[in-house]
Parts: sequence; structure tokens; C-alpha cells
Amino acid sequence: MNLSKRRGALVAASITAAMVLSACGGSDDNGGEGGGGSTGGTFSMYIDEPENPLVPGNTTESEGSQVVKSLWTGLIQYGPEGEVEYTGVAESIESEDNVTWTVTLNDGWTFHDGTPVTAQSFVDAWNYTAYSPNAQGASYFFSNIEGYEDLQAPTDEEGNVTGEPAATEMSGLEVVDDTTFTVTLTGPFAQFPVTVGYNAFFPLPESFFEDPQAAGTNPIGNGPFKADSEYVPGTGITLSKYEDYAGENEAQADGVDYKVFTDLNTAYTEVQAGNLDITRDVPPDAITTAADEFGDRFLESPSSQFTYVGFPTYDPRYQDKRVRQALSLAIDREAITDAIFNGTRAPADAAIAPVVDGYREGACEYCEVDVERANQLLDEAGFDRSQPIDLWFNSGAGHDAWMEAIGNQLRENLDLEYQLRGDLDFSQYLPLGDEKGYTGPFRLAWAMDYPSPQNYLEPLYSTAALPPAGSNSSFYSNPEFDELVAQGNQASSNEEAIEFYQQAEDVLLEDMPIIPMFFGLEQAVHSENVDGVFVDVFGQVDTSKVTVNN
Amino acid sequence: MGRYVARRLLLTIPVLFGASFLIFAMVYALPGDPIRALGGDRPLAPAVVAQLKEQYNLNDPLGVQYLKYLGNLAQGDFGTDFRGRPVLETISQRLPITIKLTVVAIAIEAVIGIIAGVLAGIRRNSFFDNVVLVSTTLVVSIPILVLAFVAQFVFGLKLGLFPISGAQEGWYSFILPGLVLASGSLAYVARLTRTSVAENMRADYVRTARAKGLPNRTVVVRHTLRNSLIPVITFVGADIGTLLGGAIVTESVFNLPGIGRAIFDAVRAQEGAVVVGIVTLMVFFFIFFNLVVDVLYAVLDPRIRYE
Repeated sequence: MNLSKRRGALVAASITAAMVLSACGGSDDNGGEGGGGSTGGTFSMYIDEPENPLVPGNTTESEGSQVVKSLWTGLIQYGPEGEVEYTGVAESIESEDNVTWTVTLNDGWTFHDGTPVTAQSFVDAWNYTAYSPNAQGASYFFSNIEGYEDLQAPTDEEGNVTGEPAATEMSGLEVVDDTTFTVTLTGPFAQFPVTVGYNAFFPLPESFFEDPQAAGTNPIGNGPFKADSEYVPGTGITLSKYEDYAGENEAQADGVDYKVFTDLNTAYTEVQAGNLDITRDVPPDAITTAADEFGDRFLESPSSQFTYVGFPTYDPRYQDKRVRQALSLAIDREAITDAIFNGTRAPADAAIAPVVDGYREGACEYCEVDVERANQLLDEAGFDRSQPIDLWFNSGAGHDAWMEAIGNQLRENLDLEYQLRGDLDFSQYLPLGDEKGYTGPFRLAWAMDYPSPQNYLEPLYSTAALPPAGSNSSFYSNPEFDELVAQGNQASSNEEAIEFYQQAEDVLLEDMPIIPMFFGLEQAVHSENVDGVFVDVFGQVDTSKVTVNN
Repeated sequence: MGRYVARRLLLTIPVLFGASFLIFAMVYALPGDPIRALGGDRPLAPAVVAQLKEQYNLNDPLGVQYLKYLGNLAQGDFGTDFRGRPVLETISQRLPITIKLTVVAIAIEAVIGIIAGVLAGIRRNSFFDNVVLVSTTLVVSIPILVLAFVAQFVFGLKLGLFPISGAQEGWYSFILPGLVLASGSLAYVARLTRTSVAENMRADYVRTARAKGLPNRTVVVRHTLRNSLIPVITFVGADIGTLLGGAIVTESVFNLPGIGRAIFDAVRAQEGAVVVGIVTLMVFFFIFFNLVVDVLYAVLDPRIRYE
């Protein structure tokens, strides 16, 4: 009897074995084709799902931006260090007074559908993006162009649209001829040419305006690669080299296959297996092993990401700048970047990030640990240490550990109790800040739009950027700071501008409406199949420079 | 029988309305401002925010929003997400993936589960029975996320037997994710079948059948198994409905862009139209497969009749 029982078991076991074996057979047939996407000069690259259709003026996040930058070339391009290079559509962008800018285009640029790129292509695109009924995410980039306000629909106090905008075209944009147009700004801004490399400023072909919806899935640009197929959500898009590309930075590879992965770990595993060529990101728990495993195919470079902890300056408790300075002095940033981030972030020692011209090492006096001085400043300010400090951050985004570390350092160094307030989702957290709802220091981050120190100052701390219009969640307002930024904007040369911006930064870092915490570092890995991979200061790979081996 | 099915199908209509309104209300009740979150670190221009809220009726009270949604639905318009992508397009792109995954998972759990359960059930306390007991306990207690990563690492990366991710290799790509997805249910099916079979093996009619001199095979397959399958069918039927609702973890790990991920993203972004569209579809599947199960009862057990 026992014997026959065993036999039954054996039968069942062999059924499963047979199933597994037949599965093996299947794999051999298909195995050879697994890496098939990377032969013949094309390569594949990981992206997360872009948030919006592939329309440049509606793309304000990294994933869509990576694809859009392969498909389009703007007026100027940025070099690897973020320097402005006239290798794009513009021959020159010049101004006598920093207010009226004349943009002259190069001849010979065409869209992927064969139509020429003209001055009109830019002016139409910019008007389309700025026109509020089109609801384009990047519309605020045009807010310093004359006539922008006329393209914004009127709203009542509750934020309901009450009518149509007064105009459909900004008065500050004027087409002179096919290759020339002028831009009139609302005030002097010497950094204007630096800003126009951003994707909000890319040109659009005539066909776009006939059906913007369709153009979002079948994008037609003027860049080194053109779309071969439509964009499929959750899957990706395949691009091939645009043979009639007029710029000097033409694509080295025949094509790029953007593959959407919802889980970074999976994408990373595919690179390990050689089925995927590039990921611009490495899972946090693989960081320590990736360098050994990939050798020189593991890349690390500074990114523009700047993480800071803001103070609610509207709260009486944090109105004294000595309190803000003291809290900053009590935080050991390096301990946090080492212990919690495995060195994947750098301790911040300035408000202007290292990736832009104008960064000064150690510009922030209060970013060094000095417990004694911190305690002294706190006493001078008469800070009530018996009340706990609320530490705010948005939930589910991996901020718990380091915010708690800050709390522990404050407790240890300043004898302060703390309370973590990390229960709100981003969609609740941000509006709360806009309504002056934070009751203590709060986490926020910034990634630059264009490589200028101005982009690290004006949108974050100027009076003009107070919520809800801007990102000045600290509600910091200092006329001296505003004035210095304005002087920088008006400066005649870049050197002069940087000097003013640095003075503004000094004012800021004395007032400390924020605690600079970390500068980002970008990690990437790639397969042996590709070379020339470089992650730029925007955290993106210039796909035109990637070469495919074999 | 026909009338019974028709009546049951008619009953789904009020259920669908009720479900869609409840879901709508729940998305509406979610705290936070979805449009503000769209902008991220940098707020959208105020007029753009106003435009988007207007476009998606976000300023209206719940009742008005729902009626507007129904009005559009009556015209065959399922609405769009905040990116302007039609909900129907999202569903039609993602549903085939989820269906394939479900078919593979159900096939695996039904076939392996029932075979293992029957063999264990007819030879209770045998070595094989113990193997089934231990292995199913083990599988049920491991979180599917762990199982998915281990399976992907071992069978995908190290052994190279299966694709690591994606759906490029047709049905073959679905075997590993299907196995992972089915594992938990497979264990339940095996145990349900085992208990049921073991119980029926001692029933009077089985003894009668044996006394009549029927061969063992006939006794097990025709008599015991058929009677033992009712609880199993109930479970598998409900499981089909659940699986068609998408499997977020499995879809994410194996990068299969199915329904589960779509609904996860939509809930996070508070996109009412998308959530309602997909969930209503899920509710319909659920009702439908429960009906199929009920009809199957009658097939398995002639004593059950529907008038």
C-alpha cells in the first residue's frame, strides 16, 4: 500500500517536471531573440511612464522630457556642463537692452514631416503653450514675455474660469521674416538666451495645430530622432535617426527604443541580463553593488536636484532668523548622506547648485555643524525649547528616514523634541503649504529648468514667487534680495549677472528662510552594447551621442 | 434556465449604477487637490489650473459631477484622464494584457491545483499529501512581491528560462508572471479540492459505487471529483473576477502594462473618470463570472435547478 502511494506521488512529480521541461524547451527557441532589440545600431533605454502626452509645452517632468529631447532641438543646446551652445536652430539671440531680443534662425532646419522650421513655428508654439485654455503645464515660462497676461483666461475668486482670454497671441512676439523674430520681455532679463533651451521653447510644425491630441501620441519634432510608431502608454515608443537633421549633433545610432518600466528594479535586472541598454537610475539598494558589478559602465554625475527644508516664516516661532540659523547649524548633513543615502547625494553647502556657473563652495555659513553656536543663537533668540518641532514632508516618497534623522540630530544637539508630520500625500501636502498650513520646517526639492543661478533664486524665494503663483513656500520676502536678483537679470554680461546673483544668495543664506540639505547625484548603468552614455546636469542622457557597438 | 440568466443580467444594471456612484463619491472624497499635484514642485499658472478644473468639472458638487459623467456616458463618452487620453483607449490597450495574464494564471491554478488536490485527497496522509500540505502552506505564507522578485531573479536572470519582463514574447512571456500570480490561489485550490475529495471518498454514494463493482478510476473521476468540484469552482470563478481587476504587484515587477497598474495610477492621481470606468468594468466582470459559476453548479450537480 505504501508503495502505491509513493507511485502516485511520483506520477504527480513527473507531471510537474514535464511541465517545467517543456517550458525550458520553449525558452531555448525564444532565448536567442531576447536581446534582439539591440542589434543593427539601435539601443534601448528605460523611462518611467511620462506624465503627459509628448508635447514639449506640456512636458515638465523628467520622463517625458527625456523623450521630447530626442525628438526636438531647440534654439540653443546645453553642453555637458550646462553651458549654452549655439548648435540648435538659432544662429544668434541678441539684444541691446536685455528687453527686446532678436532671434535669428539658421537655414535648412526641417520637421520630421518635411516642412521647414521657421520663425513662425516658434512664435505659434509659444503662443499655443501660453494660451491658458490649452492648459499647457509649462505656460508660466512665458510669463515674462509682453502680452502673456492677455492670454490668461479671467477667473473669479474661487478660481472658476469666467470668460475667454483677451488675445490669442502675445504682443511681445513678432515675426520679422522666415528666419527672424523678436521677443519683447516685460523687463530686462540678460539670462533670456540661457532659458530657451528648455523644452517649453521648442518649435511646433503646422500639423500640430490641426490636431494637438493626435500629435501627443504621434509627435513630429525637428530633433535627431523621429518617431517610428505612436507612443503606447505603459510600453513606450521607438525612434529612428532623422536623416535630414540639420544640426551638427546628429544621431550616432540608428535608433532608440524607449521602454516604459513601472518598476525600476525590473529595468535594472534587464540591464544586468543585457536585454536593456541604459537606465538613468539605479535602485537604491543596488547602489552599493552597482559600481563593482558594472565597473566603468556605472556612471555617477552631479544633477541639478536641490533638496531643502523650508521654514514657515509666517509662523511667529520661526520669524527670528537666529532660530533658523541655529537649526541649520545643528544638522550634520554628511552623516545623513552617508548613513541614509549611501553617498548618492552630496551635502549642500550653498543655495546655488554646483551644476551652474556661480556656485561657490561653502557659500552657506550656517551649513557646517556647530552645536555650540547653534545653542547660543537659540538662547539669544529666546526660543521655547519645551515645545516640540513639527517636521513636515510628503508621504510615500522615501523622506521618512532622513527627516527623522534631522529630528534626532535636533534632539541630540539642541535638546529639542520633534514630531514627524509625514502623513499627507503630495496632492494634499502642496496645497497645505500654499495656504500657510505648515507648522514647522518642511521638505521640498527643486530641479532646475535652465542652467542659470537665477533659476535657483527667483522662482523659490522672490516676492513675485509667493504662492499660489510660485514656489516660495517659505513666504520669504526681502526687498534687498529681490533687488539684487533684478540687478542680476539686468546685467549686461554673464560675469556681472553672476556677481549680483551671488550677492542675492548671500542675503538669502544670512536670512536662512530655508536650510539647504542636499545636492543630487545621478546614477546610471549601461550595457556593453553602447558607449558614449553621459548623464547631463538635467539628469538626462543625450541620445544623439550614444554609439552602438557591433 | 434562460430566464434565470436574463434576470440575473438585468440585475447587474442597478448594481453597476450603484457601484459607479459609490466609486465616484469615494474618489471625490479623497483629500487633496489633484490639479495642484500635477504641477509638482512648481505650481501651474493660475489660469491653467482654472482651465483644467473647468475641463474636468472639478469645481462642481458631487451630484453634478456624477450627472455630467452619466450624461457623457450616455453619448458613449467615457471621459479622459487629466492628460486628455480617452479612458476607453486606456482600457482597450491594457485589458488584453490583463486577460492573458488571467487566463494563464487560472489555467495553472485550476489544472495543477485540482490534480494535486485530488491526488492528495484520495491518498490522505500519504507522503504526497504531506508534500502538498507543506508546500501550499509555504507558498501561501510568502508575500507575492517576494515570490515575484525571487522567481524573476532565479528563472529570468540566473537561469534565463523565461523573459525577465515585458510581453514581447507572446503567451510565453506570461508563464512566469502567471505562475507567481497563481501561486497563492493554487495552494487554496489544492487544499479545497483535497478536503472536498477526502470527504466525498467516505460518502455513501461512493461506497455504493464501489459495491457495484465500478472501476476505481470511474469512482474517482465520475462520482467523487464531480461532486467535489463545487466549492473549487466557486473559488476559481471569484478568482477570475478578481484577477481581471488587475494584479498591481505582478504587473509592476514583470512590467506588464495591465489594468492593475492603470487603476493604481488613476487612484493616486484622483482621476475620477478613469477610476470609475475601470472599476465599473471590474464589477461587471465579477458579476458575470459569478453568474457563470452559478450556471456551472447546475451542470455539476443535476439536483440544482434554476427556474
